[in-house]
Amino acid sequence: MFDTLTDRLGNIFDRLRSRGKLSESDINAVMAEVRTALLEADVNLKVAKQFQDKVTERCVQSEMHTALNPAQQVIKIVNDELIEILGGQALTLAYSDKPPTVVLLAGLQGVGKTTNAVKLAKWFKSQGRNPILIGADLQRPAAVEQLRVLASNIDVPVFSESSDPVIVARNGLSEAISSGRDVLICDTAGRLSIDEDLMNEIRQISDEIQPHYTFLVIDAMTGQEAVNVAETFNDKLALDGMILTKLDGDSRGGAALSAKTIVGKPIAFASTGEKVEDFEVFHPDRLASRILGMGDVLTLIEKAEDAFDHQEAQKAADRLLSGQFNLEDFLEQMQQLKKMGPLQNIVGMMPDLPQGVNPDDVDETRLTRVEAIITSMTYEERDRPEIIDGSRRSRIAKGSGTSIQEVSLLLKQFKEIKRMMKGAVKPNKKKKKKSSKGRKGKQNSRAKREINKTANAFDLGEFGSFKN
Amino acid sequence: MKKISSELENTRTTFSFLSRLKRNPQVDNALWNEIEEALIQADVGVTATSRIIDVLQAKSKEMKLSSTESILDLLKEQLKSTLQKFNTELNEGGNPSVWVFVGVNGAGKTTSVAKVANWKSKENERIVLAAGDTFRAAASEQLEKWANSCGAELIKGADGADPSSVIYDATEYAHAKNASLVLADTAGRLHTKSNLMQELEKIVRVANKGSGTVTEILLVLDATVGQNSLQQAKSFAESVDLTGIILTKLDGSSKGGIIFAIAEELAIPIKLIGIGEGKEDLIPFDSEVVVEKILDFQEDS
Repeated sequence: MFDTLTDRLGNIFDRLRSRGKLSESDINAVMAEVRTALLEADVNLKVAKQFQDKVTERCVQSEMHTALNPAQQVIKIVNDELIEILGGQALTLAYSDKPPTVVLLAGLQGVGKTTNAVKLAKWFKSQGRNPILIGADLQRPAAVEQLRVLASNIDVPVFSESSDPVIVARNGLSEAISSGRDVLICDTAGRLSIDEDLMNEIRQISDEIQPHYTFLVIDAMTGQEAVNVAETFNDKLALDGMILTKLDGDSRGGAALSAKTIVGKPIAFASTGEKVEDFEVFHPDRLASRILGMGDVLTLIEKAEDAFDHQEAQKAADRLLSGQFNLEDFLEQMQQLKKMGPLQNIVGMMPDLPQGVNPDDVDETRLTRVEAIITSMTYEERDRPEIIDGSRRSRIAKGSGTSIQEVSLLLKQFKEIKRMMKGAVKPNKKKKKKSSKGRKGKQNSRAKREINKTANAFDLGEFGSFKN
Repeated sequence: MKKISSELENTRTTFSFLSRLKRNPQVDNALWNEIEEALIQADVGVTATSRIIDVLQAKSKEMKLSSTESILDLLKEQLKSTLQKFNTELNEGGNPSVWVFVGVNGAGKTTSVAKVANWKSKENERIVLAAGDTFRAAASEQLEKWANSCGAELIKGADGADPSSVIYDATEYAHAKNASLVLADTAGRLHTKSNLMQELEKIVRVANKGSGTVTEILLVLDATVGQNSLQQAKSFAESVDLTGIILTKLDGSSKGGIIFAIAEELAIPIKLIGIGEGKEDLIPFDSEVVVEKILDFQEDS
């Protein structure tokens, strides 16, 4: 992972702390870091420059607020500006008086058009609509089959035929009208923005079906090229918005900012996983903090408030710090954490992860295994893990369907956390890094990270009370 | 295999980055800035770019270079040499050999399998394809169509079948039929999903269990992707012993500059590059071609 912008700026501001006000040269130094952070997030160079100028101007103009420290102020300005650009006018979908409402999807190869055509169909269904999908990708072998299989899972009809994409689109529209469907989603073949023939073809499709909405499907991992792609597709098709895909990976998603700046139309939806349900209306504020690596603290606070009982958490935290923490407490903490939603998402929202932790590297099933191990222990064992000897270990392993090694590993790690927490000492960074070699070491370090993260759960309680 | 020149011609413009810079012979800060920006816009990344420029500045000082042209030539050599350090041969030698294709969703794995099948079939090698992507709907149909068009045999399982077993079956089938090479497609997986990465470890383990020997594990990377490719390469390399990279979609305007960071940090060679959608559009890696492409910049001016 890249350094977070917060870390980078931290270094600069440490030097400046004694001064109350930022000079212009301070601001320039800060902006250089902002630029680097943006570029590392795959924001296009030209877009990053433009952004930098805008923010600098705002920083210079704005009165420095005495209540905030300079770092907070600059981050706030940067963040506000990012949200403003990413968000702008939100897309409100209006349905056509004369159904169907026609939606055309376009994009490069491999960005996820077919998958997202189906996700979008499912979304329309959830809005009480009756969509039909048109399979106009006759280029990639078996693309239409893929569409049919996925669509049958959500019970949405597909129209396609082996003719010509433009004809398929035209006939698909008649089919939608005659079968009384009120939304039509047209999937198209992936095409390079520099391929003039294919760009003309999609223009013809567009002319044929006169879409109410044309969406560019764009991969969150796209590099510098995102601007050219967005520009060319927008010139050809007059886009209404974008669908950002593969946000479940660990890319920073700067491509979205690039494309948004160029096209000036909203990012309407975001795809956040492989399942059909993993599709949501886009939240600009979340992506803003992701691009800058600031963590999604606000969402985390909200989620934590919903699910987290902070008195419980406080109690557990007290026990932890006093060294009375046992495996039973540990289990409870884990269950609290799980209530907040998929662990991956939660961890990704944390602003300050321990070094070396990849936010998306968390696997829920590992937690389940730990849970199984602990629930296979007697209460006495949970309270005093030191009594667990060889024969108890093998019983616990059998009972939980895991292995003796896993049980031992958990006990070892638990002991480690307890030792760390007791003295409220910070985990030794050197020690953590050491474990990256070899298979065994790798597992060890992964499990350790997990526990580190679980330990982070205690901070959540603090977030909660901080907000109150 | 096709010659690349015609394929890449369409991305050329008269105002290439190189030719434009050469018109200004002055070696000054502006030149270094231009080089920096060109590299960043080619997705080389901030860190690798500053490393490249540092070396370039030191060398050009040492060699007392004073013309823009000589510096750009040096840059080209430097970039090429980073990529030339590796052996890019594709290894066979098993009975059969198994080449496993891995990568994130949408990188072009299935298409790359098809292209390699086409190339190897043309060399009269007997190929068996293994439809190891049992997750994506109709992925095996996609591969089947390719297999038919290049005369390779395909072993597939039911949708949702264990990919390891499909690939294992393909190796045994290939062994029995005296086919020398099994090309194994796998489902796209984001490198952040640890369960899917474990599945991949299993696929490789099982593919080695029977008669087959895995001689290549090829990571398919999309040249359109930016800095995340480095992360992908790191994560995949942590799970399996990657032997090489296939860089796809170089026929677009993308440059795939992240390969320098990958080459320097992970020392994984690029073995093949994808330059189009046709089954011929895959060629052996050539550092000259890739570096040309990175430096041949379209400019607004």
